[in-house]
Amino acid sequence: MSAFVGSVINGIALGMAYALIAVGYSLVFGILRLINFAHGSIYAFGAYMVFLFVTLKLGFLPAIIVSVILSGLLAFLMDKVTLEPLRKKGSDTIAYLITTVGVSFVITNVLSLEAVFGSQRRLFPSTNLFGSIRIGNLTIQSSQIIMFVAALILMLIMTYVVNKTKMGLSMRAVEQNGRAARLVGVNVNRVISFTFFLGGASAAIAGALINGYYQSISPTMGTTIGLKAFAAAVVGGIGVLHGSVVGGLVVGVGECIAAQYLGSNVRDPMAFVILIIILIIKPNGLFGKKGITKV
Amino acid sequence: MLKITDLNVFYGPIHALKGVSLEVNNGEIVTLIGSNGAGKSTTLNAITGIVKVASGKVELDGQDITNAASHKIVQHGISLSPEGREVFPGLTVEENLRMGAYTRQNKQEIAQNFERVYDLFPRLKERVSQPAGTLSGGEQQMLAIGRSLMSSPKYLLLDEPSMGLAPNLVQMIFSLIEEINKQGMTILLIEQNANMALSVASRAYVLETGRVSLSGDAAQLAQDERVKKAYLGA
Ligand SMILES: Nc1ncnc2c1ncn2[C@@H]1O[C@H](COP(=O)(O)OP(=O)(O)OP(=O)(O)O)[C@@H](O)[C@H]1O
Ligand SMILES: [Mg+2]
Repeated sequence: MSAFVGSVINGIALGMAYALIAVGYSLVFGILRLINFAHGSIYAFGAYMVFLFVTLKLGFLPAIIVSVILSGLLAFLMDKVTLEPLRKKGSDTIAYLITTVGVSFVITNVLSLEAVFGSQRRLFPSTNLFGSIRIGNLTIQSSQIIMFVAALILMLIMTYVVNKTKMGLSMRAVEQNGRAARLVGVNVNRVISFTFFLGGASAAIAGALINGYYQSISPTMGTTIGLKAFAAAVVGGIGVLHGSVVGGLVVGVGECIAAQYLGSNVRDPMAFVILIIILIIKPNGLFGKKGITKV
Repeated sequence: MLKITDLNVFYGPIHALKGVSLEVNNGEIVTLIGSNGAGKSTTLNAITGIVKVASGKVELDGQDITNAASHKIVQHGISLSPEGREVFPGLTVEENLRMGAYTRQNKQEIAQNFERVYDLFPRLKERVSQPAGTLSGGEQQMLAIGRSLMSSPKYLLLDEPSMGLAPNLVQMIFSLIEEINKQGMTILLIEQNANMALSVASRAYVLETGRVSLSGDAAQLAQDERVKKAYLGA
């Protein structure tokens, strides 16, 4: 019984952090109808920046702040340098997609260069700052609590930004009718830049939280986590903010229960088993909107 | 004064505007009439930077704004209520109007503009928190016009504002156009309903397959045999 409760708790904590990555897919998809396949590599970049600045003795929290800014900037730059020119030319969706795949390769490979971080696994500083709590035979680590609470707070902030601020309002307006948004004076490229920055920044925080729990990083880790978070975004309904949270939780809890009872090899594929089941029942995801095509 | 000189616009191989020139003086209502596909909407889209101008000039009070980015046009005091409404369907009525005031900073001015729009369209006030996509067609049209007023424009460009409205509402829209013009707004109006348009406008231009074929005093044009035959159903 406590094994089950343990994996649920583990899943909830991880799932909340997945939501933080998923929201990056979701926001970009909402505005550009684009799946940003480079998002996972930006997550890895964020984790490596935390690692770097902690190694440089900056302190954990300052390292996270610097990493958040750098990762946000990297996402922003990726859009400016590789995607904005495509928008100017009115390119096809396929061009955007393959571009993001390419950017993902470049980031991952630069991280793996011997002269940079190397391809081997590295020890990541632990976020298990306050030891662990024991209830019966159940152990909850403080890194799990920190992961859950921090991710939850960030998701609340994100929800506030999207629903209550002027920037959030213009994000939603651009999402619904880009031309009308331009006509009322919205600089659409600036809204897109902001969206990429927000996505990159939140992926970096997820990178610190998740790897602070696992205490190990590798340059290619963004691929698996990125795909899982993407699955979470689709499970919840891509383009819908609270969908990312629910999707993240479903995937997180699902994979932890699967790992507990079916073995750890089942952990990563589980996200996609869940995805396939949900899509058969609800083709647009749990909270998805119908008819998503960019006009 | 809004002045267009010798404007040429292409959609790929289609030559949509073939040297269109027109001007709208401050305080005027000018109407642009013509059959479907004549290039009326294209003219407004060229002014607002939605489509690219191949050659020619758009000037506003002497300033060249040809091919300025769409999102900067509203800062020049030009506001467009586009053809087919183009409201933000998932945003509420209030949020749509707030977006109309996107470039405005002054809170008091924004509040006044809200007041004005709700005075003009009490229907919208009853539906402030309803998503725009669930409004009726006519209500969406009111919202599109209301939204275009939220930026306190000097120049209002209306693309078929009466489209899809019941006759009594059409009447109301035209009185409204006259009223906001009296309040000092300059208006360039596109209308299918040429009769009505000519009756509120001081001057008119007739567009035919991308060219201005006739122009002049609206009342006189309304008597012109060619106009009567082609656009007034006489
Ligand atoms: N995006 C576009 N791509 C290709 N051709 C276009 C496009 N927009 C307009 N056109 C063409 O340009 C011409 C002028 O169109 P426009 O929309 O300006 O006409 P209009 O006078 O506003 O007509 P209506 O009264 O039907 O609204 C038409 O022949 C139309 O088919
Ligand atoms: Mg038209």
